[in-house]
Amino acid sequence: MNLWKDFSNGLVRENPVFRLVLGLCPVLAVTTALMNGFWMGVAVIFVLTCSNVIISVLRNFIPAHIRIPCFIVVIATFVTIVQMTMNAYLPEMYDILGIFVPLIVVNCIILARAEAFASKNRVLNAAADGIGMGIGFTVALMILGAIREFLGTGNLVLNGTALFGGPLFEPAVIMIMPPGAFITMGLVLGLLNAISNRSKARAKAR
Amino acid sequence: MEIIAILLGGILINNLVFAQFLGLCPFVGVSKQVETATGMSAAVVFVMTMAAAVTAALNTLVLRPYGLQYLETVTFILVIASLVQFVETFLRKASPVLHRALGIYLPLITTNCAVLGAALISVRKGYSIGLSAVNGLAGSLGWSLAIILFAGIRERLELADIPESLKGFPVALISTGLMAIAFLGFQGLFRFVFQR
Repeated sequence: MNLWKDFSNGLVRENPVFRLVLGLCPVLAVTTALMNGFWMGVAVIFVLTCSNVIISVLRNFIPAHIRIPCFIVVIATFVTIVQMTMNAYLPEMYDILGIFVPLIVVNCIILARAEAFASKNRVLNAAADGIGMGIGFTVALMILGAIREFLGTGNLVLNGTALFGGPLFEPAVIMIMPPGAFITMGLVLGLLNAISNRSKARAKAR
Repeated sequence: MEIIAILLGGILINNLVFAQFLGLCPFVGVSKQVETATGMSAAVVFVMTMAAAVTAALNTLVLRPYGLQYLETVTFILVIASLVQFVETFLRKASPVLHRALGIYLPLITTNCAVLGAALISVRKGYSIGLSAVNGLAGSLGWSLAIILFAGIRERLELADIPESLKGFPVALISTGLMAIAFLGFQGLFRFVFQR
């Protein structure tokens, strides 16, 4: 039983956003604020875990030739459930996330995990993989969202309350506009590369 | 007038890549050379225009009259996937030359979120079937413009002296960000021309 290994795989070592760089569209589009990133992440955790479980259960019944359409139908079903639930209980967040909720269907991470992991592993492992990958995705989104919100508005809003009262400095509005998303993501990836390069160099020096 | 507004708006102002973050995976993945970027663009223009028209027709003729809008996501993705398959089969029979040029790009398009995204945007804006097709065409032309320009920049970047940690993805994203800043400038143009 290496459930823990499957679970922790998605958190750091194969983080879907920072390591695999999959599913960039929602990562860049919804991270204008910390809470947006959080709710998008929750939606993805739900869809990823449920579709992983169902696909793992059905893995011996799905014919190999038409597996991709089958995966997509399973994923689309769970996305529709998320859409209706969000529309009912979080209508404001649903409006902010906009078309990126239905677009979870074509998110590469979910199809990639279905194809690479869920269709080859047992149910519990698939569920652990889904939850781990989902949490890794959510944390990455929240990091990006926090950076962009802080630099772009000079403040952080958590659950409707501003953490710092007023803006701390003259905000750089470009950071919450589209160009800021690309630049933040590029710089964060560069930083992570620099850190891993340095630790590799240090390991070699020893 | 509305058609011109949608076309210009879709290509320059609401550019799928720079303003709406759609279709980024192939945008970063297939943009290493201008030639492959052009092939991918042709396939995307073809499929996205057709997908926008077909999904809009499906929506106005079937889903809305029977109150089935909640099936939107499921039906749209199935229609797009089968449309891509159909286009591939049709091209192989009808035009082997075109098929050879676009062939390898076609299956990739199913996972291009821009195709589904453009279809959903048309539905949410309430466009008619014709205007949806125009919207799909505009979106795909804008995407093509972005990826071809970007491929040109990337060919140059290959030769540039870049810090070790920024090589590959990071520098690609940063240069996309700079291009997005340039495209922000078009918003002023639109306001000037179309505001009555």
